[in-house]
Amino acid sequence: MNFYGVLAIYRFEMSRTRRTLIQSIVAPVITTSLYFIVFGAAIGSRIQEVGGVSYGAFIVPGLIMLNLLTNSISNGSFGIYFPKFVGTVYEILSAPVSTFEIVLGYVGAAASKALLLGFIILLTASLFIELQIAHPLIMLAFLILTAISFSLLGFILGIWADNFEKLSVVPTLVITPLVFLGGSFYSTDMLPSFWQTVSLFNPVLYLVSGLRWSFYEISDVNVWASLGSVLLFLLICFSIVVWIFKTGYKLRS
Amino acid sequence: MNDVVEPILKISNLCKIYSGDFNALKNVSLEIGKGEIVALLGPNGAGKTTLISTICGIVRPTSGKITVAGFDIVNDYRKTRSLIGLVPQELTTDSFETVFNTVSFSRGLFGRPPSPAHIERVLTSLSLWEKRDSKIITLSGGMKRRVLIAKALSHEPSVLFLDEPTAGVDVSLRKDMWQIVRELRESGVTIILTTHYIEEAEEIADRVGVINHGEIVLIEDKQTLMRKLGQKQLMMDLIEPLREIPASLNDFALDLTMSGLRLTYTFDTHEQRADITALLDGLKSAGIAFRDLQTSQSSLEEIFVNLVEGSGRRPFEREVEP
Ligand SMILES: Nc1ncnc2c1ncn2[C@@H]1O[C@H](COP(=O)(O)OP(=O)(O)O)[C@@H](O)[C@H]1O
Ligand SMILES: [Mg+2]
Repeated sequence: MNFYGVLAIYRFEMSRTRRTLIQSIVAPVITTSLYFIVFGAAIGSRIQEVGGVSYGAFIVPGLIMLNLLTNSISNGSFGIYFPKFVGTVYEILSAPVSTFEIVLGYVGAAASKALLLGFIILLTASLFIELQIAHPLIMLAFLILTAISFSLLGFILGIWADNFEKLSVVPTLVITPLVFLGGSFYSTDMLPSFWQTVSLFNPVLYLVSGLRWSFYEISDVNVWASLGSVLLFLLICFSIVVWIFKTGYKLRS
Repeated sequence: MNDVVEPILKISNLCKIYSGDFNALKNVSLEIGKGEIVALLGPNGAGKTTLISTICGIVRPTSGKITVAGFDIVNDYRKTRSLIGLVPQELTTDSFETVFNTVSFSRGLFGRPPSPAHIERVLTSLSLWEKRDSKIITLSGGMKRRVLIAKALSHEPSVLFLDEPTAGVDVSLRKDMWQIVRELRESGVTIILTTHYIEEAEEIADRVGVINHGEIVLIEDKQTLMRKLGQKQLMMDLIEPLREIPASLNDFALDLTMSGLRLTYTFDTHEQRADITALLDGLKSAGIAFRDLQTSQSSLEEIFVNLVEGSGRRPFEREVEP
């Protein structure tokens, strides 16, 4: 195990964030506050409670998921895309590090940063509403598993993409719609039954629902189905990464 | 030197076919001894970068076997890669990292525990110590190249690859680079560099390999090479100008220049025939007297051009073409 190698990659990725500290901390705090002002206070005051929870509190898990997913993907994809783009990836490819170690370094850093962001949002939210977390350990498990899975997905995206356009197409065209349609800001009960069924094919629904259950014990789908699906997703992403390094796909010609 | 000890690098029957069907390396075999400086000489597109990239693990070999210090580059990649330092052809660096940090990063990446003292030594030897806290983006091209060398040396490799270290670099920087290479050799590092400047190979290499269209056309000790393949010229300054070369001397490749005052004879040094004696006898019987004579040996450049063009034409023939 090349411990120093993993640490070098991890530190390098984390220090990139330190250089843009304002952007990585202040920005999410402001956006989250805006969400609470608009959805929580302005609109939320006219919406009744959802499943026995105030609307402001109801959207917290969805808001965290939205940020966690997009941030994991962008961290994970940018981390590997950029060295490919500027050419510094030669050093990673010629270093005595295994696939697993490369992934550990990049994906570990991407997930750490996304988790940090998740906690910043949680803290910001607690300034606006009274938070209750029924199952903190399950919440933590959901956050960690989601951050890792979607950082892996980002990593795959970063390897696949050969221009900036492709890099941004998945987060904006796939993930954002899935999050908004995945019950982040509403309960699927509110939908007509046809759309309720359609929603069940949206993987993000399972994540949001599971996380919400860990907060308030209310959910759209069973919490074990949620946990199972995030584990399955993790497994799929990891298999793809293993395949990429086995075949050299877009990395080693 | 390399028949005594195990070669530090051994390539056997290496082939590389890029996706599609482009054959970039064709059955390359090569052995390099510890402490040698080997120059791989070849025109653009010859396969130099492909060869180096394969050894370093960036490009996957299609077939063949490569060992570094006896370790296989596929099965023992951790061992071989930690023995190798690579300075790539392109100036690819991070922009916003400092010199010290980027070099420390490389050391860690290659599995070595931090050693500020070693990094200070490397940076000092490359005249980069003053720049240690500068962001890479603020450095000149020559400095960036040095940073890449420092990164490659950060983990104390035994073999260093320099891919076209002086391409597009001005003369004084090129001389600096040669000095750096010589100093590195003193420290016991084996150096393999690619270049398409013949004078570079001539200047610093112990051995020269010529690669063209993915094949090693030749690899030879530089001195032997120049002796074996070089053409020599014998120049005779005549006492009396000659209007034309006498027919009795038609067997010799002679040139008459300087208004008939200089007769130049070009010959291959590896031809064993006692041509010179015969020529001198011929001159004597033709009544041609000379006051002075000198010889010159063709440079590696001429050897190279002959090989790569595969024509075997003599350099002086090229000069008289329109
Ligand atoms: N990734 C690649 N895919 C396909 N062909 C390539 C690739 N890299 C290099 N080549 C081709 O292989 C040949 C050798 O290239 P290269 O090793 O870079 O030569 P050199 O370094 O001697 O200039 C060239 O014809 C080049 O176009
Ligand atoms: Mg090249």
